Amino acid sequence: KYIHIINKADMAASKGLKILVGCKRVIDYAVKVRVKPDRSGVVTEGVKHSMNPFDEIAVEEAVRMKEKKLAGEAVAISVGPPQSQETLRTALAMGIDRAIHVEIPLAQLEKLQPIHVSKLLAKVCESEKPDLVILGKQAIDDDCNQTGQMLAALLDWPQATFASKIEPSQDSKQLRVTREVDGGLETIDVSVPAVVTSDLRLNEPRYATLPNIMKAKKKPLAKMSPDQLGVDLQPRQEVISVEDPPVRKAGAKVESVEDLVGKLREKGLVK
Amino acid sequence: MQALRRVFALNQNASWTRTVLATQQKSCLLSSSSILDIGIGLSAEKRQIQELALTFTQNEVAPHMQKWDAEHIFPVEMFTKTAALGFGAIYCKEEHGGSGLSRLDASLIFEAIATGCVTSSAYLSIHNMCAWMIDSTGTEEQRAKWLPQLAPMSRLASYCLTEPGSGSDAAALKTTAKSDGNYYVLNGSKAFISGAGATDLYLVMCRTGADGPKGISCVMVEKDTPGLSFGKIERKLGWNAQPTREVVFENCRVPKSNRLGPEGSGFGLAMRGLNGGRVNIASCSLGAAHASLLAAREYMTVRKQFGKQLAEFQALQFQLAEMAAQLVSSRLLVRQAAQSLDSGDPGAPAVCALAKLHATEQCFDVCNRALQLFGGYGYLLDFPVQQYLRDSRVNCILEGTNQVMRMLVARDIIGRLGDA
Repeated sequence: KYIHIINKADMAASKGLKILVGCKRVIDYAVKVRVKPDRSGVVTEGVKHSMNPFDEIAVEEAVRMKEKKLAGEAVAISVGPPQSQETLRTALAMGIDRAIHVEIPLAQLEKLQPIHVSKLLAKVCESEKPDLVILGKQAIDDDCNQTGQMLAALLDWPQATFASKIEPSQDSKQLRVTREVDGGLETIDVSVPAVVTSDLRLNEPRYATLPNIMKAKKKPLAKMSPDQLGVDLQPRQEVISVEDPPVRKAGAKVESVEDLVGKLREKGLVK
Repeated sequence: MQALRRVFALNQNASWTRTVLATQQKSCLLSSSSILDIGIGLSAEKRQIQELALTFTQNEVAPHMQKWDAEHIFPVEMFTKTAALGFGAIYCKEEHGGSGLSRLDASLIFEAIATGCVTSSAYLSIHNMCAWMIDSTGTEEQRAKWLPQLAPMSRLASYCLTEPGSGSDAAALKTTAKSDGNYYVLNGSKAFISGAGATDLYLVMCRTGADGPKGISCVMVEKDTPGLSFGKIERKLGWNAQPTREVVFENCRVPKSNRLGPEGSGFGLAMRGLNGGRVNIASCSLGAAHASLLAAREYMTVRKQFGKQLAEFQALQFQLAEMAAQLVSSRLLVRQAAQSLDSGDPGAPAVCALAKLHATEQCFDVCNRALQLFGGYGYLLDFPVQQYLRDSRVNCILEGTNQVMRMLVARDIIGRLGDA
């Protein structure tokens, strides 16, 4: 047996990885979401929004990789309305170096789909040339779980989704990512550049601090438009209606396992 | 983020009481009303600071509010976390670890934290006031020694002005500080001192000279100084998450180098500290009223009587409207007072007194009305409004009673009687 010492300097090269982190502004997780009376969507006006929780985890991971000197620069990007700037300011206050806002006009916002976002991100990757893109695994508003995967496909980069751990590989030339899958934990090595999506247990995000909030004001925040990036936002899907899930009905209590099996047979759920 | 984990792991409680409480804890602060928007009129930058304080409060303060009150726990660990965010010395200069922010920022932070625990926010504001007194008046040595300990809240401070014989008549204080070489020898006692026994540094207003305000100096006394002792922990209606005790000086020798500012300047310093203290305590009242109003509103959409939600009864809707008027008018006045302090307005003390007077009284009434709207459940200790009520009641009394506030406001309006 020999002990292999991971040389972080290999992975870091002289500058460290350049990381691009995606952040989405979504309705805050604790808000009671209400469907609009015309059933075209949910009420968003006047409702509290915040950074998608999985994106907070992605931002935190990028900042930690900087602190560990695995990364040299971390850039946050958000595709959304003007208010997405608040989301980016939060990322900057957590330790991200600079931010990019791809502003989407209100008319096109509701019809924006992961395919559009991933194309926009792919275009930005062409110019920014990051070594690693970290996205939240899914947004808590649409639960699509598509953007990371689509982005990797568009760029033809390896993807490591549902990450619960990211570290340098044994030979320090790749990233070793532990993924949360249905069967348990899967560990894979991916070469960079790569797309990783964050899962819940990857880390626990920090609070911004007052000094960092003040410092973030001076960090650069660049604006771009989909036209500048040459991406067509034509919707591919049409939302027909949005409805409340059925009201939960009362259940029934049974006294014994026999009763339970009997009831299940009655309802035709068990043969 | 931790709150999100709690959501995913939430246990299924059958009791109706618990269902209401659980929903309240999560969503009651997320009003989509523009009137009740806690960030009303604020810039994006101020909202970001407020957002930080609110998120921290929801995760680290609000879930423990009830327990700290019931078990009389002074949450030192939580204070250390607030200090890590920069809340320990909000308006002290950055040189020695302060956050270099404004009185308005401080007001937003205390209001936010008070939505999760009035008592804790109040103590945090007292600590901030003491840190500022040292930062603004201390010598370079005193600032360099104390601020690096107070800003991270690794040492905590208390403010000692009131005595058994002098509350509103503060300048009549009797604790003496007799000169003895390079020391003062303190004799006397202070009453109702917040944090006493649990804190490390006491800013004591004591008599170094003749009677009256000009004979008073401010001296810093460290915790284990011989001759410093404490009375029993007082049993109070509220503020149970904070020990309140008499502080007793018996031939307590304190180096003269612990004096803040020149001899005879102590009363002025104490009063200047209180201007900010009044904005801060009023901010705590705002937080209590805000949380109570939103809790009542939430309850009224859940509770039904006579086949309708309580929220459908006009008389009760009018209650909410009036409570909103009380809360929002208080909020705007408090923030205005903070801004007048920030801009160095010579009229600031009077505005601070007016804000303290108005906000503490109106916000207590909001809590009281909210309790009524909860009906019988409002009286149960399981529901939070009774704690906001009990905790905010004393705000009408300390940092200058509201009767003294009336004196100060009247004096500003008609001038000092006898003045030309």
